[in-house]
Amino acid sequence: MELYDTTAHELHEKLVKKKISSVELTNKVFSRIDEVESLTNAYVTLDKETALAQAAKVDKMLAEGEKIAPLAGIPGAIKDNISTKGLKTTCSSKMLENFMPIYDAHVIKKLRNDETVFVGKTNLDEFAMGSSTETSYFNVSHNPWNLERVPGGSSGGSAVAITAGEAIWALGSDTGGSIRQPASFTGCVGFKPTYGRVSRSGCVAFASSLDQIGPITKDVHDAALVLNAICGVDANDSTSLPVAVPDFTSALKTDVKGLKIGLPKEYFAAGLAPEVSEIIQKAIKDYENLGAEIVEVSLPHTEYAVITYYIIAPAEASANLARFDGVRYGYRNLEATSAPEMTTASRTEGFGSEVKKRIMLGTYVLSSGYYDAYYLKAMQVRTLIRKDFEKAFEKCDVLLTPTCPNVAYPIDGKMDPLATYLLDACTIPVNLAGLPGISIPAGFVSGLPVGMQLIGKPLDEETILRAAYTFEQTHEYHKAIAPIGGK
Amino acid sequence: MKVTTKDVAHIAQLSRLTIPQDEMEKFTEEFNQILNYADMLNELDTKGVEPTANVLPLSNVLRDDVALEGVSLEEALVNAPEVHDGGFKVPRVIE
Repeated sequence: MELYDTTAHELHEKLVKKKISSVELTNKVFSRIDEVESLTNAYVTLDKETALAQAAKVDKMLAEGEKIAPLAGIPGAIKDNISTKGLKTTCSSKMLENFMPIYDAHVIKKLRNDETVFVGKTNLDEFAMGSSTETSYFNVSHNPWNLERVPGGSSGGSAVAITAGEAIWALGSDTGGSIRQPASFTGCVGFKPTYGRVSRSGCVAFASSLDQIGPITKDVHDAALVLNAICGVDANDSTSLPVAVPDFTSALKTDVKGLKIGLPKEYFAAGLAPEVSEIIQKAIKDYENLGAEIVEVSLPHTEYAVITYYIIAPAEASANLARFDGVRYGYRNLEATSAPEMTTASRTEGFGSEVKKRIMLGTYVLSSGYYDAYYLKAMQVRTLIRKDFEKAFEKCDVLLTPTCPNVAYPIDGKMDPLATYLLDACTIPVNLAGLPGISIPAGFVSGLPVGMQLIGKPLDEETILRAAYTFEQTHEYHKAIAPIGGK
Repeated sequence: MKVTTKDVAHIAQLSRLTIPQDEMEKFTEEFNQILNYADMLNELDTKGVEPTANVLPLSNVLRDDVALEGVSLEEALVNAPEVHDGGFKVPRVIE
């Protein structure tokens, strides 16, 4: 197996046993990028020089007999809405095309302390608003399983980098499914932690009550390693939870005996592609054969989740993106002759149409006369959705659903906007309720990966890791290598 | 139709955005598509239901009132589109 297709936990062993060096590994990843990046467009910015210098530093540490962290010297990719000091952070927007962060996100600080190697910054839908990377100002990323298809989004670039061997591990962010859905479309593992588990400090805000940073990796073990590295309270994020962080790798057991797995019947209703349904049903049978107990549960407000999200997320986005006024940073129209004109022209030229639509939708639902009918109503329905989950978890330990009702769709711009929104029906409720969720590969339909989602109770990442690990280790789906047009 | 092109132009103005004339029809249509879809929320009786703004069991997160190092002037201006005398330069605000 090529080094760039190897998992972080295996590479750590090789580094520690001095079978490979971090410089060698990092060079391998960059030569893989040279080979396939023109086909995949996973990255917005690459940083080879710094990456190699960091790799050399880790090799020196190893040579001197120092103990290294599990991700030390292992090349990772960072979604380009996560702030990296001295390395451009664009959010795949013209607005931030030349933006140079003056501080690191909390997660980046933690990863730097662990001496990881950063390959570069990955492509996303502009400001993480989208499910395909098609709204990126720079480029559309391509799915390594079929280059004519979307990789999903918004963390599409990170998922592509993992699938194509252009990074060993990656960070994404998930507001309505932006880690789990691209993981599902590309056959990776994608983990959205409980809201508050990971500091959002330095993650460019889209919808603050929903956003959460998490890993996209080649297997469940690596997801646990990245979680270990990034979780924890942070004084710079008052919504990060002051709770103890367990060693997530201790949850990696091949054992689901007696585990109660709930199937929310609403997630298996109309709209689910029959081929996807078949794969998920088979996975359920497999869990049953492994000793899990399957129970049917109901989340009756599921059908209201998508519209609830498309009121709440734009409302928060309209407030968060008000900071882009052309004054202190970001794109500025230089012809305007008055300050208000400058702000309007800068925003009009700096934002793409999906971002504008969501800002305006948010402005509308928060405006006088419409606040109660839309925003307040949506916040109340959010309560009903949360309570559905609380009730369901009285009967089971984890919930099992498809991650997405279908496989990756073609890059041809023919998807109706509302139809695209509805593809997030299985992932959005998890963000509204602030729960942890993982997507793992569960099979293929016509050569395209299908993801299975496991949802846990608040702060119970460990149970979904155990359930995910058990399925993964008793199947081979995560080992499949994408063709990337023959490369 | 929930909103007209005239409404959309007004919302754009509130958002400090301009929608070009040739995109206005499509924009208004997509806007209405979402707002029409939102009608389904009216099927639910939410009388007396507490709104969820945030899922956290936290309130009033405080820290000790200790002065920490701030951002230097130089750093603060790194991304400024235009700088004048150590400040952000903008076009005239008051006539």
